[in-house]
Amino acid sequence: MVLKVFFPSCCCSADSGLLIGRWIPEQNSAVILAVVHFPFIPFQVKQYLSEVQKVSQVEIVVLGTWCNNKQEKEESLGKFLDDLGTIFSHEPWLQLSKEKGSKFWTCHTLSRQAGTPQEDQIILIYYDQRKAMLSQLHPPEMSLDNQPGVIPAPDASKLAAVFDTVARSEVLFLTDRYDDGPLKLSHWQSEGVEASIIVELAKQASVPVCMLLTLLLSLVSGLCRSRIFKFWPLSFIWSKLSTCEQVGYRLEHLKFVFSNQKAENQNQLMRKANIFVSLLLDVALGIMLLSWLYRKNRIGQLADALIPVADHVAQELQDLLQWLMGVPAGLKMNRALDQVLGRFFLYHIHLWISYIHLLSPFIEMILWYVGLSACLGLTVVLSILSDIIALLTFHIYCFYVYGARLYCLKIYGLSSLWRLFRGKKWNVLRQRVDSCSYDLDQLFIGTLLFTILLFLLPTTALYYLVFTLLRLLVVIVQGLIHFLVDLIDSLPLYSIGLRLCRSYRLAAGVKFRVLEQEAGRPLRLLMQINPLSYGSVVQTYRLPTYSCYPKDSWGSLCKKLFFGELIYPWKQKGDKQD
Amino acid sequence: MEERRSISDIYGGRLALQRRSYSPSCREFCLGCPRLSLRSLTAATCAVWLVAYGLFALCQNSMVLSTAIFITLLGLLGYLHFVKIDQETLLIIGSLGIQMTSSYASGKESTTFIEMGKVKDVVINEAIYMQKVIYYLCILLKDPVEPQRVSQVVPVFQSAKPRLDCLIEVYRSCQEILAHQAVTSTSP
Repeated sequence: MVLKVFFPSCCCSADSGLLIGRWIPEQNSAVILAVVHFPFIPFQVKQYLSEVQKVSQVEIVVLGTWCNNKQEKEESLGKFLDDLGTIFSHEPWLQLSKEKGSKFWTCHTLSRQAGTPQEDQIILIYYDQRKAMLSQLHPPEMSLDNQPGVIPAPDASKLAAVFDTVARSEVLFLTDRYDDGPLKLSHWQSEGVEASIIVELAKQASVPVCMLLTLLLSLVSGLCRSRIFKFWPLSFIWSKLSTCEQVGYRLEHLKFVFSNQKAENQNQLMRKANIFVSLLLDVALGIMLLSWLYRKNRIGQLADALIPVADHVAQELQDLLQWLMGVPAGLKMNRALDQVLGRFFLYHIHLWISYIHLLSPFIEMILWYVGLSACLGLTVVLSILSDIIALLTFHIYCFYVYGARLYCLKIYGLSSLWRLFRGKKWNVLRQRVDSCSYDLDQLFIGTLLFTILLFLLPTTALYYLVFTLLRLLVVIVQGLIHFLVDLIDSLPLYSIGLRLCRSYRLAAGVKFRVLEQEAGRPLRLLMQINPLSYGSVVQTYRLPTYSCYPKDSWGSLCKKLFFGELIYPWKQKGDKQD
Repeated sequence: MEERRSISDIYGGRLALQRRSYSPSCREFCLGCPRLSLRSLTAATCAVWLVAYGLFALCQNSMVLSTAIFITLLGLLGYLHFVKIDQETLLIIGSLGIQMTSSYASGKESTTFIEMGKVKDVVINEAIYMQKVIYYLCILLKDPVEPQRVSQVVPVFQSAKPRLDCLIEVYRSCQEILAHQAVTSTSP
């Protein structure tokens, strides 16, 4: 049988002693966690190990002996080590020894049960204990949306058991060489526990800060949910504005980050960190924008430019309508219908321009106060921009709705009268087309109406086409802005930073490197951490957003456009979707 | 124990095969792909610059030339780092698993390790590739839910694409190690 020994590379130069670790019988592998140095009292070693086992839930036992011969080979030490095997009984008993100046080790296993001692083939695998301790494995078959209490089966991935063992034995690594305890251990932290003053101070300071912020946030959200905002006009406006959604969303994020509960598992911690970094970036970009906007009276310039832009858009629309009322693209329109529709839309534009001019003295002040909201974050500013665009192009939206409704009515009328023309009828009960015998006068009027509608179709269709294109243009611009907002919201910047700087923390798996071999000696391998690729990092740790990507496929979108149904490609349902 | 040989790939180009045997249960196969040829590099650069000079002659804007230089440099770096594979290695360690490494021309290495518990078998499959029928070596993975089913097929040496003679050699070594491992894992 092949015996695999996982040896920490930090213990390669340790003095002789006992090897302690975990034995995994299903995989025939021994994970060595630390080396206990001489002198020790066997009873105290056993007591210490049982204490550690109770705390960490890992079965840590004495696996064998480690002999680092720095001087000439001592015969007595060899006998002493053999005797230790009888005190701490373990099947199989490992004996690793290293000669001075040689990098190849001698490994033996002693098996007391079998009558004939069989020479197991040993594979020696060196691993970096610190990196194994801190890394988190992301096996491809495990999704991160598992229930938090479910622990994956241990034989799902054999190497995950090794990482698991090291990670759960944290309490073993807290005793360092300078402790006054009865045992002297060697492991990755035996020179002293690593810690950072800044991190410790931040941990101490975070508790009162979190409590204060939670209080403030609960006040703010209580205010937002108060009864004033439930009445009809206000609630309707709030539901339509994307700014309110974005602000509400950020508020929830803040509550999650500054909540008083500690993160339960690694995923929640990463999520908190990602949200925190995203908020920081948002606010930083927002403040940069703020400082740029309020310098040199740019707000005033913007406000001054806004009215002429709205006027210009209205003028362009009027020219377009005049063109449609004439001979657009060489097509001959029905003069009467053309004039009616054209004058109707022109009057709307006239109304709209009057309203804009009415507002013009207040624009600068409104913009000045709205610009202050940039300190809440760049995403809020972008949402406000999107809302302003929606408000400024409201007349285009109205025209689109009128044109679409007219066109829709026409298409339905045409299809129904076409069925009449063929002598068929739509059976509402059976949801199918049935034949039907019509009276003569029904047929006469039906055919007449059909002809009228058919010949008026090009005019209506052209108006519908023009306004749909305009509406789609506005929708595309809004979509781009929302895409940018979504990007800032959902990109897991902390995880990407972690992958860049501490790539061993996010592990996709392991990789092995074969070290120098010598015939007759056990196989030596170096186990390193294979980091997750950037694409998988983004995919695994993406924050959920209230994403407003089109739910319809291209086919259904075209169908809706053809039949004149109103399209809302960026409709937000109000609930979060991953 | 090391051995070097020159074999050919499916297009007739030369590949360098290096096999190492570290121990009876640990073998490594290294396939070295042909390097980036100066001819193709020069041809690509000349094509891009001819187009750039043509555009420059049309619009007399020197930004076109700087953009062409940028594109050539970035394109070359991107090609070396993401596309051009220099060497492909297959390492089999009985009772641990199979590891496949691709090293790119810029030095980047991308490794995949498959544990032995997930490997069902190593087989040579036929495939229709453009107008040819080629052979490729692949690793069959076990389905975690149903051990008899194959959940995934992982092809090996995808960019080197060696011919059947090399594949048979690798196949024989893999089967030896897998068989040995199956025997030792079932014995008490």
